[in-house]
Parts: sequence; structure tokens; C-alpha cells
Amino acid sequence: MKAEYYRERRLEVAGWPLRLTSYKIGEKFYCHADNVSPGANIARASASSQEEAERLALEKAQERLQRTVRR
Amino acid sequence: MNYAHPEVLVPTVWVEQHWNDPQVRLVEVDVDANAYHEGHIPGAIAWAWSSQLCDTTRRDILSREAFEKLMSASGIGNDTTVVLYGDSNNWFAAWAFWQMKIYGHKDARMLNGGRKKWIAEGRDLTPAVPHPQPAHYKAAAADLSLRAYLPQAQAASQQPGADLVDVRSPQEFTGEIFAPPGLPETCQRGGHIPGARNIPWSKACNDDGTFKSADELKALYGAEGVDGSRPVIAYCRIGERSSHTWFVLRYLLGYKQVTNYDGSWTEWGNLVGAPVEKGVAAEVKP
Repeated sequence: MKAEYYRERRLEVAGWPLRLTSYKIGEKFYCHADNVSPGANIARASASSQEEAERLALEKAQERLQRTVRR
Repeated sequence: MNYAHPEVLVPTVWVEQHWNDPQVRLVEVDVDANAYHEGHIPGAIAWAWSSQLCDTTRRDILSREAFEKLMSASGIGNDTTVVLYGDSNNWFAAWAFWQMKIYGHKDARMLNGGRKKWIAEGRDLTPAVPHPQPAHYKAAAADLSLRAYLPQAQAASQQPGADLVDVRSPQEFTGEIFAPPGLPETCQRGGHIPGARNIPWSKACNDDGTFKSADELKALYGAEGVDGSRPVIAYCRIGERSSHTWFVLRYLLGYKQVTNYDGSWTEWGNLVGAPVEKGVAAEVKP
């Protein structure tokens, strides 16, 4: 099997850059959310559609990014 | 200018041609350990950085015995060609590569572009987890010339004779945040080791996850005064991003004296009485 529908989107969440990378492997869509720089994955999700996988990963990422304290 | 050691990088097409070569062992090492189970390169096994690539009791890298055990169980012999790859531009693949070199593995390589490039190119993936035949592995004594400890970082900070390179994000370097956005804080203070330059690790990579050219890398580090003429100590938060920079400086640019200070900011930033600098670094003196 191969990854299909690969796409990357960049957006800003809670004042931080966020990258959503999503694709389909087999029957599932996966989405990983990373904080661009440093580039660490901070959330992931899988679902039966690309939009839903992205929405779920974004939701989790948002929650985590909101907890990041600027000093 | 070419990479100093081009043999340590393999392109995706090479892996496609060698994934079932009995002389080659593919190993995926991800930041997100679940990624492997979505699908991985056929024939690849996975190592978990948080349990298989460190001592889980005390804070340390693998002992020689534990390293030998991992290699043997992974079907890796002393002559096996090991190709490492992972997510986040090979972030933790570089951590594994660094430990393999500490224990003297001769033929370790990295898949240029890592998991990201493989997936983006639509290459074959499988959910099948291989179970390699155990091999016999004899590790060399740890080569600690590749590793920096706290006293070496302190000496470099106090008496500039080595280049300290902080590879974290600018916001971590200045002390605006204590950990990468979205991750838990793991230190008591923010900022950086006095005298360090800030060259984020990810600047060494292109958008597709591959490494930048040797000329681009030389210019990137050279602009911050890091040209290989002095020993270099790279550090980050827990030592894994800095192993990526260590790989770039040691193997792609060929700088001779490069060490990874894996104690990094979680050691220095928690140390009672340690000097801390905040804000941006001073201009590089010509």
C-alpha cells in the first residue's frame, strides 16, 4: 500500500505556527500536527476522512498550544 | 563542495532497491512512536527512543551491554548496513545514529528525507512487523569523544575555546518559553548557556526533509562563526535535536571535533547556581 492524498497546511494557532500533515494509508486518514520549529509532533489523529482527521488533530494541538506559557 | 561523508546518506530510491537485501537492516525511529504502526517501509523494524535508546532507570544513553542486546535482537551484526530513518526530518534517527557511532558501528546511514519524503513520494508501505533472526553483536567501548558532559559545556562557556551551538528554537534560546510550543516544560529556568550561538537544527533541512547542500550548510553555520576551526559542542533540550546537528557538522561538513551535549538544557536549566543568559546572542565577531 502507499500513502495517498498527502497534503500539508500551515496555520497559526494560539499565536504559534502549526503544520498539519495528512494522508491516507489503507482505509484510514492520518493527521499529524507539529509546531513547525522545532518541528515536534504535538498531536495526531486518525479518521475515515481527511477533514475529520485534520479537525481532530487541530483540536488536540490547539489545547496543547494554549498551555504554552510565554514569559 | 560535496558532503564530507556522502556515504552516510541514502536516497529513497536506494532504499526501495535494498529494502530486502539481507545485508541491510532498515530501522524507523520516530518522535511519535505510533507513526510506524500507520505503515512503514517494508522490512523496517522500529526502535522506541524513550524505552529502547536510553537507560530507563538513570538518565543516560544505552550501556554497552544494552546496546549489544538491542543490535542482536534487531538482527544486526557488526557488518550489517543499518539505514535509519524517522519522522520530523530524522530527528530521533540521528539520536540512534549518534549512539551507533559511540559504540563503533561501522556502516550506519540515514535515509535522506526520512519518513516524510518516503510518504510524500507515495512509496510502498506495509503494516507488517518483521521479526528478524537474532544476530551476534559485539560493540566497541564507548567513544566518548563524540559526547560532551556538563564540565565540558561549562568550560566552553567560561573560556571560549570551543563553539557552543544551541539548536533549539529562537524562543527557547531567548527564554521566552521553557519548552517547544505544545510540549510540557521540563526545566526550572529559560534562556541559554552563556556564549552559545543559536542555530536551530531544522535550518539544516529543506522543506522535503532532505539535508541542505554542503555549501548551504557551510554558509549557515559559518554565518554564526562555526567553521570547524574550533571544537563544537551542540546542545538542545534533551540531546536529540543536537544529535541531528552533530550529524550535520561531523558527517556532512566533516568537522573533526564535534560533540553532542545530551544533558542539554534540561540539565543546565535545572542546575542550581548555573549562569544563564537570556535574549538574543551577541553579534559574531569577525
